[in-house]
Amino acid sequence: MDARARGSLRLEGLVKRFGEVEAVAGVTLDLPPGKLISFLGPSGCGKTTTLRMIAGLERPTEGRIYLDGEDITDRPPHLRDIGMVFQTLALFPHLSVAGNIGYGLRIRGVPRAEIDRRVNELLALVSLQGLGDRRISQLSGGQRQRVATARALALEPRLFLLDEPLSALDANLREQLQVELRLLQQKLGITTIMVTHDQREAMTMSDLVVVMNQGRIEQVGEPLEVYRRPETAFVASFIGRTNLLRGEAADGVVRIAGRPFEVDRAVTAGPVTISVRPEDAHLSTTQTPERNALPGRVVFVRDLGELFECYVDCGLGEPVVVAGSPRERVHVEQGQPVGVTFPREACVVVEA
Amino acid sequence: MSTLREPTRGTRLVLAFPVGMLAVFFLVPFAIMLATSFYHRIEGGFYTPAFELDSWRRLLQPVFIERTLFSIGICLLAGAVCIAVAFPFTYFLTRMRRRPHVTLLVLILSALALSEVIVGFAWSVLLGRAAGLSNVLVWLGLMGEPRAYQPSFLAVLVGLCYIAFPYCVLTLYPQLTRLDPELTEAAQTMGASPWKTFWTVVVPIGRPIILAGFLLAFVFTLGSYLIPAFLGRPEHWTLSVFISDQATFNANVPFAAAMALFLTALSLGVVGLVTWIEGRTRR
Repeated sequence: MDARARGSLRLEGLVKRFGEVEAVAGVTLDLPPGKLISFLGPSGCGKTTTLRMIAGLERPTEGRIYLDGEDITDRPPHLRDIGMVFQTLALFPHLSVAGNIGYGLRIRGVPRAEIDRRVNELLALVSLQGLGDRRISQLSGGQRQRVATARALALEPRLFLLDEPLSALDANLREQLQVELRLLQQKLGITTIMVTHDQREAMTMSDLVVVMNQGRIEQVGEPLEVYRRPETAFVASFIGRTNLLRGEAADGVVRIAGRPFEVDRAVTAGPVTISVRPEDAHLSTTQTPERNALPGRVVFVRDLGELFECYVDCGLGEPVVVAGSPRERVHVEQGQPVGVTFPREACVVVEA
Repeated sequence: MSTLREPTRGTRLVLAFPVGMLAVFFLVPFAIMLATSFYHRIEGGFYTPAFELDSWRRLLQPVFIERTLFSIGICLLAGAVCIAVAFPFTYFLTRMRRRPHVTLLVLILSALALSEVIVGFAWSVLLGRAAGLSNVLVWLGLMGEPRAYQPSFLAVLVGLCYIAFPYCVLTLYPQLTRLDPELTEAAQTMGASPWKTFWTVVVPIGRPIILAGFLLAFVFTLGSYLIPAFLGRPEHWTLSVFISDQATFNANVPFAAAMALFLTALSLGVVGLVTWIEGRTRR
């Protein structure tokens, strides 16, 4: 087999029902080898169930799973050649760090000396040299996470599965380990699937983001592509923050609150929703332009030093959020009348 | 972690009840028994206050030493058999779907409602010749003619296991319910078959409760006197049978008291010893 094809995964019409509840409602996806792919979505969107079906811990109600062209749908987890990091980490409390990392090798009957050699390699890989004899209870949260990672990689699996792997850690450590895990994955070139509900985590680490909602895939794409060109209102509001502006299209022109808007693509007549990221909208304290702009009144100003945000009531129900770096700061005060402009290329049609 | 607070008057009042009950119904009788074991026995069923070691000395007779070793042996065996069946049983019980899970649990626990007398009689019928299990085997054509399996050593062992089994399940159940399913799933993703997972993950993690269940079954069966009396010949009787025998038939209360205290000390000794060994062998 071509070494570069190792770890390519194909999901074909996966469905999982738990009684009446349809947790996964038809997922078809081709995942390229050697990449890190995130399943991103709110809790209950079916991302974890999909991952568990890939691992073999859940049996699909319908659909097939192919790993490197081989149908593995009916194969039990212990014969699937996968490594997995669980949300609770699931480290064995009765084994030492080395015992945990070497567990899979021991099960396979690898000779003692070989296990020791490999465990030391893995400890070095996750920067835990010399901690092999520690008990799990003696480790910090970050160290436990590293042990779980090393343990999952011990058998050089074809697939590396991560189920919310950093959710137990505090924010600073989480950001640090996101970078570490990503660098490790790139170094090993192992096909990795990560489940997360944290869009920052998905953006930081992934080659490809699969956004899921209510058991279905909403959009698949590179992180920035998903952020810049959301295809649905759900994706636009789940990945980062956005302003959703609702209007009517007629004769190829979108009207929002009675004002004409040029948008990123041609639209057919009818109701239309566009998404504009807060950092793409601009404030103007002088005259409000005729096109792609709305007049309004400043409701609230949040100045965080590194980031400047202004909430403007444009009569749309919810305030429009305008964000910018301190360098672009426009001096405005609460209650001041302003105009908000939305550049044409930033007006992404998400529902038409 | 909660910190210990100075008990308030209300707490003291609430605590007074169990402490009082324990004192009146456990410590006082225990002290009376201790005193009685040194009393002088009068042939024909009475005893007078005295301080003599006759009853204690009788324990050193070879027949009682031999009975003691037999009792410990059969009860350790019963405890081992019990836990060997109860542990996998309870593990698979906690992994079942809710409905069969609850049904089985209720069934097991309802066995607790049966008194030892009923259990003893039931087994003596089941293992007997007239209406016993061997009739089923004959009916199935697996056996020529029905036979009796009691009284025998095996019958006593079966009876002891039967009465201790629900207690074993009860000891194991809470902990096994709380065993994180991700632990066994993790083992499987690392190539362990369900069987290997059971032996390399579930059993080692369950070691402390396995020991607790085993010791409970041991102590519990050591105290049973009806089962060995119903299902065994005199050579299968445990110390408990002799105690009840001495107290009720021979009316030798001081000797029964001495034996009872000896048995208590013995079971405490075995429990201590096993716990100590377990602590030493654990890494």
